[in-house]
Amino acid sequence: MTLLRFDGVRIETSGRMLLEDLSFEMASGEMLAVVGESGSGKTLAARAILRLLPPAVRQTAGRIELLGRSLTQMSAPELQKVRGAQIGMVFQEPMVSLNPAITIERQLAEGMRLHRQLPSDEIRRRCVAMLERVRIRDPLRCLKSYPHEFSGGMRQRIMLASVLLLQPKLLIADEPTTALDTLSQREVLELMVELARDTGAAVLLITHDLGLVARYTTRAVVLEKGRLMEVGTTQQILTNPRNPYTRRLVDSLPRGYGDVAEVPDSAPVVLDVNNACIEYPGRPGLFRPGAPKRVVQGVSLQVRAGEIVALVGASGSGKSTLGRAVLGLKPLAAGVVRFDGVDLTSMTAEQRRQFRRSAQLVFQDPYSSLDPRLRVQDIVAATVRNAPDADARVQAVLEEVGLASFGTRFPHQMSGGQRQRVAIARAVISRPRLVIADEPVSALDVTIQQQVLVLLQKLQSQYGFACLFITHDLAVVRQIAARVIVMSAGSVAEQGPVATVFRNPQHEYTRELLEATPTLHVPTEATRVSR
Amino acid sequence: MNGKIGIALIGLLLLTIVVGLLWMPYDPNAIDLAHSLSSPAANHWFGTDEFGRDVLSRSMLGARISVLIALGAVGLAISVGTALGVLAGYLRGWTDRLLMMVTDAVLAFPGILLALALMAVLGSSGSSIIFALAIAYAPSVVRVVRGTVLSIREREFIEASRVAGDNAFRTMVRHVLPNIVPPIVVLATSLFGWALLSESALSFLGVGVPPPAPTWGNMLSASRPYMDVASWLSIVPGVCIAGTLLGVNLLGDALRDWLDPRRRS
Repeated sequence: MTLLRFDGVRIETSGRMLLEDLSFEMASGEMLAVVGESGSGKTLAARAILRLLPPAVRQTAGRIELLGRSLTQMSAPELQKVRGAQIGMVFQEPMVSLNPAITIERQLAEGMRLHRQLPSDEIRRRCVAMLERVRIRDPLRCLKSYPHEFSGGMRQRIMLASVLLLQPKLLIADEPTTALDTLSQREVLELMVELARDTGAAVLLITHDLGLVARYTTRAVVLEKGRLMEVGTTQQILTNPRNPYTRRLVDSLPRGYGDVAEVPDSAPVVLDVNNACIEYPGRPGLFRPGAPKRVVQGVSLQVRAGEIVALVGASGSGKSTLGRAVLGLKPLAAGVVRFDGVDLTSMTAEQRRQFRRSAQLVFQDPYSSLDPRLRVQDIVAATVRNAPDADARVQAVLEEVGLASFGTRFPHQMSGGQRQRVAIARAVISRPRLVIADEPVSALDVTIQQQVLVLLQKLQSQYGFACLFITHDLAVVRQIAARVIVMSAGSVAEQGPVATVFRNPQHEYTRELLEATPTLHVPTEATRVSR
Repeated sequence: MNGKIGIALIGLLLLTIVVGLLWMPYDPNAIDLAHSLSSPAANHWFGTDEFGRDVLSRSMLGARISVLIALGAVGLAISVGTALGVLAGYLRGWTDRLLMMVTDAVLAFPGILLALALMAVLGSSGSSIIFALAIAYAPSVVRVVRGTVLSIREREFIEASRVAGDNAFRTMVRHVLPNIVPPIVVLATSLFGWALLSESALSFLGVGVPPPAPTWGNMLSASRPYMDVASWLSIVPGVCIAGTLLGVNLLGDALRDWLDPRRRS
């Protein structure tokens, strides 16, 4: 039976087309993915269902029907009865989608008070039961708690509980796990699929991640720049894409092991971390200073010249903190970091200046890492601005990253991928010996990710710098790194050559991580979560 | 559009000041009791005050004095306040604690009371008004700037600047300062208005610019007894103050937008 039907839906803002004549159907109980990169209109399509479009954005043509009733023409009071009760929505950002000022109980109960006439003890009973279903420990206590007391994954599970309490026929999940780490992602999605199956809800999963599409959905709609590219079963789209864009999307996924040569043991050790511990100041009491909290506990690692070493771990595992400490941006509580054999803390002023030029950092978020008030050429020139040939070097490095004519632009005039190229140019212009790359592609679209990775690899092999590549994405690790270090809760769980570790993980945590990482194996009934 | 109105108003103000330097219809302090409180007419465009002094001439001289005082006070408060605010917000630690303690102590006094006390110590003159008002306003600048810097310093481009080997001073000047311009411009324009008004309040309390020198503020307070018989005495300086404030605010907004590369394109 057709649950949801898009019929020639067009969305515009002041004359600009955002979504063009989108038509597709979705059956009851189906798991459908809407796939696309940023700017594809996938979120707008989802929001249009509930008529939650941003101001100045209008649906100008077409109809959206739920069980044969047109949501597009529905009156506001009628629509309010549909929202929540028949269509539930889970948003991307669990940190902001729960109201921080009221208790979980009130947020959970709100929908039922609006849509169901139930006595309050019955509402509470159902809340507790649902929290148990989403595996929140001690549900009674949870009801009295506030959102800030929970981690991102738990909040998203609570969000899921609040939406599914009303047993909607359609659950819209807009990038529900993009803000979560791999393990929480898996937990949330599996719960979502399981609960949807039990309550008979259909799931419209909006995502940019083809791995999730392969694992959790049966059909997919592919969008690019507001246009429908392809509709089909997940299997067909992933194994035999008909549309050129879809093919490009599928091809740009990192898969298999990259062609990465291991560096010989004779290569000089550029970065040598020995038993590093890092602490954050704890929460101070009224009269006593807080007990420091250890976030990195006795980590030792080495990176040799010309080598890319991947540092993987879930969020909160301390991998980014370690990356900062290695550059001397965060003090060590114990242990030693040596750069080219010299202890960071015992460097002379001149050595320190040298070190600042030869150890560079590429950040995760290309929006916050570039000063919005400087032009690209000034941003890139930061480390070489006193050199006599600074201008020529800036121009040369901009050409290398494919941004030759972008020198006089400001960051806001560039796309995310272009900004990340600027960040890379800034890091390599001084011909560094070491580059720390902190999740450099995880904020980018899939097709852009691939381009940036290829660029980074090219520069790395050209200049032979050592690279510590921090990431949570195991597919990226496979593609570019020779060795991998797996961090868990502040210490090293396992390290070794990528192929060895991934094929035969020794540590429990590594196994879980590998298991939770969605990969693009051809989906078969056996590997997909059974429905 | 708004920016153009602002430029026009401020242009008119500057023109008045420049013309006033070269020529005024009458000596602004010349007393002519025979023609006191005469209404606006061809020989006295804006009328005369209770001593028969020409209101137009006094407003022209007053423009110079009032604007100089307000500009000086705001300029001093903004530069000192911004410097301290950036230091406190960027360096944190003891610098921050010490600066904030002093700031909070000064903020605990009502601004006008503090200015009054300072005037009593410094004696009434143009420069001591500037100084007193600057001290009264600087703490709020420190607070606003520090708050903004606290959020800027967590952005990654600040860390990038450290990785590039910049010292703290260079990071503050090159990366922090340009990014806190918008709130500073907004604050400066609103402080400018407060300064114009506070100067008149101080005049009213008898510690402002000493008579007979005119400022818009003391002209306004001197006009109060004659409001019902000679309304022009209040209206002229009132309109001057209002027009200047409007001009400064519009110009400030335009300046803020113009300085922001994201809005310029």
